[in-house]
Amino acid sequence: MLDTQTNERRLTIARAMAEAIQQEMQADERVFVMGEDIGALGGVFGNTRGLVDEFGRERVRDTPISETAFISAAVGAAMDGMRPVVELMFVDFFGVCFDAIYNLMAKNTYFSGGNCAVPMVLMTSTGGGYSDAGQHSQCLYGTFAHLPGMKVVSPSNAYDAKGLMTAAMRDDSPVVYMFHKGLQGMGWLGTEEGAIVDTPETGYTVEIGKARVVREGKDVTLVGLAMGVHNALKAADKLAEEGVSAEVVDLVSLVPLDRETVLNSVAKTGRLIVVDEDYHSYGVSGEIIASVCEHDVSKLKAAPKRVTYPDVPIPYARHMEQFCLPNPDKIVAAYKAM
Amino acid sequence: MDPTKDQKLWMYENMVLSRRFEERIEKIYLEGKTPAFNMADGPIPGEMHLSNGQEPVAVGVCAHLTAEDAVTATHRPHHQAIAKGVDLKAMAAEIFGKATGLSGGRGGHMHLFDPSVNFACAGIIAQGCGPACGTALSRKLQGKPGVAVSFLGEGAANQGAFHEAMNLAALWKLPVIFVIEDNAWGISVAKSDATSVPRNDVRAAGYGIPGHYIEGNDPYAIFDVAGQAIARARAGEGPTLIEVETYRLAGHFMGDAEQYRPKGEKEALFARDPIPAMRARLIADGDATEKDLDRIEARAAETVDEAIQFARDSALAPETDALTAVFATQ
Ligand SMILES: Cc1ncc(C[n+]2csc(CCOP(=O)(O)OP(=O)(O)O)c2C)c(N)n1
Repeated sequence: MLDTQTNERRLTIARAMAEAIQQEMQADERVFVMGEDIGALGGVFGNTRGLVDEFGRERVRDTPISETAFISAAVGAAMDGMRPVVELMFVDFFGVCFDAIYNLMAKNTYFSGGNCAVPMVLMTSTGGGYSDAGQHSQCLYGTFAHLPGMKVVSPSNAYDAKGLMTAAMRDDSPVVYMFHKGLQGMGWLGTEEGAIVDTPETGYTVEIGKARVVREGKDVTLVGLAMGVHNALKAADKLAEEGVSAEVVDLVSLVPLDRETVLNSVAKTGRLIVVDEDYHSYGVSGEIIASVCEHDVSKLKAAPKRVTYPDVPIPYARHMEQFCLPNPDKIVAAYKAM
Repeated sequence: MDPTKDQKLWMYENMVLSRRFEERIEKIYLEGKTPAFNMADGPIPGEMHLSNGQEPVAVGVCAHLTAEDAVTATHRPHHQAIAKGVDLKAMAAEIFGKATGLSGGRGGHMHLFDPSVNFACAGIIAQGCGPACGTALSRKLQGKPGVAVSFLGEGAANQGAFHEAMNLAALWKLPVIFVIEDNAWGISVAKSDATSVPRNDVRAAGYGIPGHYIEGNDPYAIFDVAGQAIARARAGEGPTLIEVETYRLAGHFMGDAEQYRPKGEKEALFARDPIPAMRARLIADGDATEKDLDRIEARAAETVDEAIQFARDSALAPETDALTAVFATQ
């Protein structure tokens, strides 16, 4: 997808993820991939496309629908010298296998006093907006980030997607890699143009635990991750039309959380709105606001706000789901209510 | 156990009803999704898993059930719901996300609940196995009649919940029947690439319960084996595992390019479409005339038309309904 006029290689997040895995598999024999429909199908969300053709079914393994077995098998393989990349097709399915994730993958390093590393990547899709109802549309960022022992990342664009995946595979700790379905560039899930960006072919890493200011501004800080970043950027455009200058921070990682970048931005703008497609309570939005408040509440010129998913299961009917989801207009309204 | 003529005709009518219903849903699902297929668009958004080809399993089992018996169904629930007697209008309206739907638009096609006929389904694989045990246990504890049938796919038979539930049902001798619809595929993964044994009926032995495999997607054979299993459960003799060879004529969900299928597979499956086969058999066996069956088909088409029209004409619930029904209203 080389744009000959600009020399840009614009990739979707799906392709960027697959390319990162491909390059790491070429470089490191220990990397292998497991999951449902990740072989011939290339992943329901396209992020393993082409891998089975190049590496074969031994290293790119379609699994039975047995998440507890294959995710805990990944833990065992990781502790035995391999570097598995496993896919939990939808994050909502964590319910059938969470013990393998939060009690094994996340805790074995600690329980072993640091003597056993669990270098694995658990990639999983998040997000709704296409009427897939309440067992296929959740984000659950806060659920995963809440539990100690696993790093958590979520890219908003293809450049970060590739670099984060490479960093995750090289990390000696387990990394949960949460990719938003609406940003995959799959077409049948809609297309967010802002996620399709120039992505270098040669390998590189994006640092886990580092947030990024993706738009500079001085009146208000909009903090988000994944789809939230795009909602925030669109809201910033709308606010700009009204003469309001919004700064947008892409968290990129939830664990470790780069509080410093958020604090610096809020110190500059004095106003904070957190955008999160996850449920309102006990989640990322509360954590960001608490971090700012406990650091130096005097920096705030107004009470912080959050634009989040209400604390209800996600409904099927389109109009009901859209009513609940964060969007740019809700962010603008939140600013005006400050 | 042989079906009576009435039972045969009931089975045929419900198979046709399910097929006609899905043919309409299939067309309407594509409205607003061409030329660009975006799942979020059209009068029926989201995922759509069709069950055409698998109707014999639903009718062969449900022919033995009454409203008081329970069914837990899968993410591919239409044939099971129809055979269990779920109200077709309310079900259609739910699939359209309307206020008159079974759950007012909150659930959609993977989350159909009709307590009046003890029907529920869910989107997570093997999620119905445990609840079926619970219903059966509850009937036992309350001294109330009724059995529970848990439908699942052959892919789901590799999920822990299925195995835990089988053990529980066997241990407590619960009136549960596990019915595996073996359509050979779990999305793109073939049964032989996912399951350690060719047939799941042998797994019943590990739990000390009877296991059966039924070949050929044959409604009468399914009726026979299911009838015996259900009678056994009603008599307090405990659970049974049944696996049925069936065919998924459609993709996993609508929009599936089905490139994983071997060449010619689809054509071969359509040649074994169970509905024309049953029609021919009913006539050959002297159970019905062409005219009888035409009448049944016309009635099914009419029922479907009415349900679809009802769904189309129904209003959307207020969007704020998204925030209600989270907790029980006392
Ligand atoms: C626990 C869990 N894992 C994965 C999925 C995704 N998924 C939905 S349907 C399906 C295939 C199911 O195959 P099978 O049980 O044979 O039923 P079929 O689709 O063939 O009717 C998968 C993997 C899910 N819904 N739940």
